[in-house]
Amino acid sequence: MEKTWNNKAWFMVLPVLVLVAFSAVIPLMTVVNYSVQDTFGNNEFFWAGTDWFQDVLESNRFWDALIRNLIFSAIILAIEIPLGIVIALNMPKKGIGVPICLVLMALPLLIPWNVVGTIWQVFGRVDIGLLGRTLASLGIHYNYVQNPLDAWVTLIVMDVWHWTSLVVLLCYAGLVSIPDAYYQAAKIDGASRWSVFRYIQLPKMKRVLLIAFLLRFMDSFMIYTEPFVVTGGGPGNSTTFLSIDLVKMAIGQFDLGPAAALSIIYFLIILLLSWIFYTVMTTSDAQG
Amino acid sequence: MARINLDHIRHAYGAKPKSETDYALKEVNHEWNDGGAYALLGPSGCGKTTLLNIISGLINPSEGRILFDGTDVTHLSTQHRNIAQVFQFPVIYDTMTVYDNLAFPLRNRHVPEAEVDRRVKEIIEMTGLGGWAKKTARRLTADQKQKISLGRGLVRSDVSAILFDEPLTVIDPEMKWVLRSQIKRLHKQFGFTMVYVTHDQTEALTFADKVVVMYDGQIVQIGTPAELFERPRHTFVGYFIGSPGMNVLPADIAGDRAAVGGESIALNFQPKVAAGARIELGIRPEFISIGREGMPVAITKVEDIGRHKIVRARFADRPISIIVDEDGEIPAEPRVTFDQKAINIYADSWRVGEEA
Ligand SMILES: Nc1ncnc2c1ncn2[C@@H]1O[C@H](COP(=O)(O)OP(=O)(O)O)[C@@H](O)[C@H]1O
Ligand SMILES: [Mg+2]
Repeated sequence: MEKTWNNKAWFMVLPVLVLVAFSAVIPLMTVVNYSVQDTFGNNEFFWAGTDWFQDVLESNRFWDALIRNLIFSAIILAIEIPLGIVIALNMPKKGIGVPICLVLMALPLLIPWNVVGTIWQVFGRVDIGLLGRTLASLGIHYNYVQNPLDAWVTLIVMDVWHWTSLVVLLCYAGLVSIPDAYYQAAKIDGASRWSVFRYIQLPKMKRVLLIAFLLRFMDSFMIYTEPFVVTGGGPGNSTTFLSIDLVKMAIGQFDLGPAAALSIIYFLIILLLSWIFYTVMTTSDAQG
Repeated sequence: MARINLDHIRHAYGAKPKSETDYALKEVNHEWNDGGAYALLGPSGCGKTTLLNIISGLINPSEGRILFDGTDVTHLSTQHRNIAQVFQFPVIYDTMTVYDNLAFPLRNRHVPEAEVDRRVKEIIEMTGLGGWAKKTARRLTADQKQKISLGRGLVRSDVSAILFDEPLTVIDPEMKWVLRSQIKRLHKQFGFTMVYVTHDQTEALTFADKVVVMYDGQIVQIGTPAELFERPRHTFVGYFIGSPGMNVLPADIAGDRAAVGGESIALNFQPKVAAGARIELGIRPEFISIGREGMPVAITKVEDIGRHKIVRARFADRPISIIVDEDGEIPAEPRVTFDQKAINIYADSWRVGEEA
């Protein structure tokens, strides 16, 4: 078929372009603007070139936070993806159990981030928190305010509690789309439980898993509210992720230049990693 | 290979069946002989798939027992029954190659790899998928996928029975014919018990030695193609088999005569019918002849379909079909005679024999 060029289409997308310009491009350009200039107030700016970027990239503070982010994302992905798959596989496929499970699963997703943070902050407190008190009475020394490991465990458990549901729901959507005939054929062919998972369920979940993986990666890599509410980045700097560092820099210390440079680096890292994951996963899908 | 007995099998999909209509299978008592080739014929929704799934163990029947060679297998899982089944729509393992798809049922049963290779190559040859063996199955067309499904059903050499559930629905007519002959050949060669579900009567009649006709959750007749044609046990079999189907006309019986409308037709036997039963006379279009003698009919339409003509007419104020030879002549004032030997009498849809 001949492809016809229809310029009217451009007018149709114009409103969206305007919206995106105001909501994304213009703020982003402001940040770019700050990142290459220096200012001492009074609206006076001096060209700073790549100085801020160099500063950021040469600071230990940046690399430490980045590594913390990467470790955090790796851990929660390693827990939430398999756990989500296992839960989805064990959810009922029909009957009254389905709506009940779906609602239970959706609940944590509906709670705002800062509320989740507050819930766990209180829940884990050694003096009044249910979890903290219980662990203490069991003789386990748990204190997320003093012990970096405990702080990490708290954040990870909280994130798993909050977001595994998302993986579950996505996987479940993939699973229910498998026609019964596949399971019947597998029985006839004498397939084991593992084979059914490996050759029927996993291939059908592949696409949704890719989405789940990317969403969870991006989200966890940008995590801010929960650690801010629960640990405030501490004890010490042990839970200071890039986002927390960024806010400290920009608002706490009012270092707009380095903060802007960090923002852009942060943004590019997420973009790059997401792109890498996406490409790797989709090409392995195409070959498979 | 095995003889399969269905002993008072009934099945309802709902949890608490209340009336007869809640049952997808009303009551099935049937023996499938070891090594028989059966066609299971019936309209959509009459319970064919349900019956197959009960044999293979994918469904547990609500009532009744299944026996393989006399052993009760009712509560045995599908894996342990050793049955091959091919479904109506293709089921393939997307991520595997064509070869691995076909090898899958054998490898799951720990068949030695040399034997796997031999069997799989045979099936690939048979289905004409030669060039595709090493390719991922996902890229195949629907009919190629169905050939793989079919191949997975045929690849095992030790099965008790092979069940085909309308396996050639998505395959084009010419290939259909080829594959059906291949299946028949395999049947002759290995003597598997085969049950072939279809709603296409030609397919059923060419495939099987015995045709099992189902209607509304029941087996209404089991017989050779000739028996189904000449002596349909139920008016449904009369309609369903044959093209066009049997003419079924309301009638009254008096001794050895049947009255249809104002016409009185002599029978060669005295049907014993209970009082109050709904009586019908069945006669196939092939056994009605048009001429200058006999009972008057009004012709409404003549369809020339090549080998013969189908005459649509009204007889005793009822529509009937008559098959006339290609060069058969139709007089201006047509009259019909029924071949006495080919007349069947039905009481409440079931055939009444001389013996009844
Ligand atoms: N999984 C099911 N749940 C409920 N009813 C079903 C199910 N499968 C089939 N039925 C019903 O049972 C009857 C027989 O169906 P089926 O055995 O599939 O017929 P066929 O294969 O002859 O077309 C139909 O009325 C159908 O609606
Ligand atoms: Mg069916």
